[in-house]
Amino acid sequence: MCGREPFDSEGVLLVIQLKVNGVTRTFDGDPEMPLLWYLRDVLHLTGTKFGCAMGVCGSCTVHVDGHAQRSCVWPVKGAAGKAVTTIEGLSEHGDHAVQAAWKQANVPQCGYCQAGQIMQAAALLAEKRKPTDAEIDAAMEGNICRCGTYQRIRQAIHIAAGVKA
Amino acid sequence: MNRIELVSRRGFLNQAFTAGALILGTRILPASALANGPRTMEGAVESAAWRPDLFLGLETDGTVRILAHRSEMGTGIKTSLPMVLADELEADWSRVKVEQALGDKRLGDQDTDGSHSITDYYEAMRQIGATARLMLERAAAAQWGVPEAECRAQNHVVSHAGSGRKISYGELVAPAAKQPVPKKEEVKLKTAAEFRYIGKGVPIVDLHDIVTGHAVYGMDIALPGMLYASVERPPVLGGRVRSFDDSEAKKVAGVRGVYTVPGFTPPWGFQPLGGVAVLADNTWAALQGRKKLKVEWEDGPNAVFDSDNYKRQMIETSKKPQRVARSIGDVDAEFAKAGGRVIESQYYTPLLAHTPMEPPVATAHYENGKVQVWSGTQNPQEVQSSVAKYLGIKPEDVTTHVVLLGGGFGRRSKPDYETEAAYLSKQSAKPVKVVWSREDDVHFDFFHATSAMYFKAKLDDAGKPAAWLQRTVFPPIGSMGDVNAEYGTGELNLGWLDVPFALPNHRAENGPAKAHVRIGWLRSVANIYHAYGVQAFIDELAHAAGRDPIDYWLEQLGPDRQIDFGAEHTKYGNYGKALKAYPVDTARLRKVAEAVRERSSYDERKKQLAKGSGLGFAAHRSFLTYVATVVEVHVDSQGKLTIPRIDLAVDCGQAIHPDRVISQFEGAAVFGVSVALLGEITAADGRIQQSNFHNYKVARINEAPKETRVHLVLSGDNPTGVGEPGVPPIAPAIANAIFVATGKRIRELPISKTKLV
Repeated sequence: MCGREPFDSEGVLLVIQLKVNGVTRTFDGDPEMPLLWYLRDVLHLTGTKFGCAMGVCGSCTVHVDGHAQRSCVWPVKGAAGKAVTTIEGLSEHGDHAVQAAWKQANVPQCGYCQAGQIMQAAALLAEKRKPTDAEIDAAMEGNICRCGTYQRIRQAIHIAAGVKA
Repeated sequence: MNRIELVSRRGFLNQAFTAGALILGTRILPASALANGPRTMEGAVESAAWRPDLFLGLETDGTVRILAHRSEMGTGIKTSLPMVLADELEADWSRVKVEQALGDKRLGDQDTDGSHSITDYYEAMRQIGATARLMLERAAAAQWGVPEAECRAQNHVVSHAGSGRKISYGELVAPAAKQPVPKKEEVKLKTAAEFRYIGKGVPIVDLHDIVTGHAVYGMDIALPGMLYASVERPPVLGGRVRSFDDSEAKKVAGVRGVYTVPGFTPPWGFQPLGGVAVLADNTWAALQGRKKLKVEWEDGPNAVFDSDNYKRQMIETSKKPQRVARSIGDVDAEFAKAGGRVIESQYYTPLLAHTPMEPPVATAHYENGKVQVWSGTQNPQEVQSSVAKYLGIKPEDVTTHVVLLGGGFGRRSKPDYETEAAYLSKQSAKPVKVVWSREDDVHFDFFHATSAMYFKAKLDDAGKPAAWLQRTVFPPIGSMGDVNAEYGTGELNLGWLDVPFALPNHRAENGPAKAHVRIGWLRSVANIYHAYGVQAFIDELAHAAGRDPIDYWLEQLGPDRQIDFGAEHTKYGNYGKALKAYPVDTARLRKVAEAVRERSSYDERKKQLAKGSGLGFAAHRSFLTYVATVVEVHVDSQGKLTIPRIDLAVDCGQAIHPDRVISQFEGAAVFGVSVALLGEITAADGRIQQSNFHNYKVARINEAPKETRVHLVLSGDNPTGVGEPGVPPIAPAIANAIFVATGKRIRELPISKTKLV
């Protein structure tokens, strides 16, 4: 596309293969393109949001092989051979314990950052089944919510932890 | 529309009425009246089987379609107003479909700004719902041949009391559509006891889509054949492209074209800033191409702007006599008298940026002299006017599709970014999405004004302020419509002319400051700095008098009364509302102050404060709503500040959707913490020095108040604003708490600049 050669100078095929929400995908565009823009502009999975493009706001959080990562600073090539999960793939029916807790606590205001918050919280709960307030704060401090829903985020994570227990 | 009018659109900026309530409420249009009208609605409501009103459509299967004409930026308004209509209609909420309206002046004011959606549209929505309910009841009565009074609509069914017969709304659609529209006086609104949803609430309509990633924001729009644009804008306000070289940019894979955007013709209003745009197949390619541009700028006169110098000038200005905006008694005579104790203080607050989590973004498609715009905008009709003016077409040829806003806070009522998209679509003959980077957002915001305030009071022997002088200096929002504007207009109505204390001698002044960056309104606007200055200064006086700050505050508030601005010859804007209907009522201020004192257990906790802890109080009326807060701070031995708890007592008259009201105040507490502790925009050589969240900080979960308790203390009066009024009292209450905790008086924001130990 656009004059890009399918091989690099050493003859290696510049096609990236990865799994997104369980579906195998190949990408032959700029391997430096952040995963965020690949997900949004190429795959049209727009649940993952752009907020800062420098990994400091957390709106773009996805799971790469199960770990929360900032897709805005994670080049597509870094996801080659890995499994990426976005908010759209977190659960089949939108009923992951974290999503259910988010609804129960009426967390979202504008909602823009919430996909990132939910993905971060889901990764936290996968590692720590019953996080304390301090552990929640430590895990979630990279995710900004400008509407200020933090108190309900903390509450919802506790609710989700109860559901999982 | 000229630019002065444009600036005055926001209700508070002039003394005019906000439009909506005047237009609606009685206007129930039969479907036939709409048949030949322009098709500007989004679709389903307009084509419903029965369309008793612009806002309402019913289908024969019983589906109720309600238009949300205000923009959803997190307040819940897209749910709350349709919920009000549904309640009066006695509709089953599970069968209601809410549809976002396009920009359409027939709907009345859509500028979702100034915390007045509920204030202006609550009664109108009730009226529409109740009118349609009556028509359904009459249709059933006619069908059964029984008196109308014996028929009752309840939860999507009309029943006949005597016979027990029932008929569903869907079955009544056809006969109800033939009913004449009842007169307003025939329509009975529900009593509070009959409310099904009002005062209780329902989950927001987009909740499931938000938590599953399917909600659609401006950032998420994609049209077939669309190009993504990133614009390199002049680093100094009013700067121009002298020359540019795009040869390297065009070599970037995926880049499809480079276009210049003309700079604005002063005054800047909501026009684009100009610059060079790179259009590409995706956002990343556009950003990469933009990096390769080589642009030479002509900076223009605003390159002189240096925020440190500017601060010094503003402070100097605030020390000298200035224009009098409010005067009671004779401050000068009182100061000239011997005796008493004079206290002077200087306060300063910086420029702030909005930084909604979604940076500005808009998509436009220009075809054959008409434009479609998709945007998360607070003001779709302004998008129509601004785009039309810039492109030289008619506003009705601009269709604005409103999607969810990833935060607004006032930024999204200024459609420079939609206009960029429309212009670039016209130039490129393609649909274009303009994506602002976070750096663009921070550099090119319409900033919240910086301010310098000077206070001088004289305490008499009893410690009461016998004289109180206050001066405020800030670059005005009016600079948007007049680049030479130096004095505030609407800003003075926001916490400056309405200081509620019973002061025998009081003067409020305003000094000049010229804008060198775009100044705009940010959530609660000038109330932010005015409430900070006034509420911190009275706390200073309380401590000087050796009194408890809340005791002292209540004492200075004086007897319960409605402030008589007419008698004192003060022209007070009152958020565009008549003082008779929405007085400045000190009894309501007193009640929220007393309530927060009690509910926060202020007096008990004050006696048990740990070392490094403090409680601070502030109370402020804004957007017709009364709010008082008690904030607890803790400063550790390293000077690190934490906020264990904030209590807010709120009187917004009535809470239509209590959970969303509470959530607005929870959010406002966090927003206020960002303002108090962290936010600061500075400039050198006319260039903004911050760029992203690493150097323009906003509160994170670990910096936000650990616990916020919102206490609704409702008077039952007309419902008033909730989006903004929680913000103003937070910063002064934090500063006042820090004084208790550390003995340090904070007279400058952000507090992070002051070492607390």
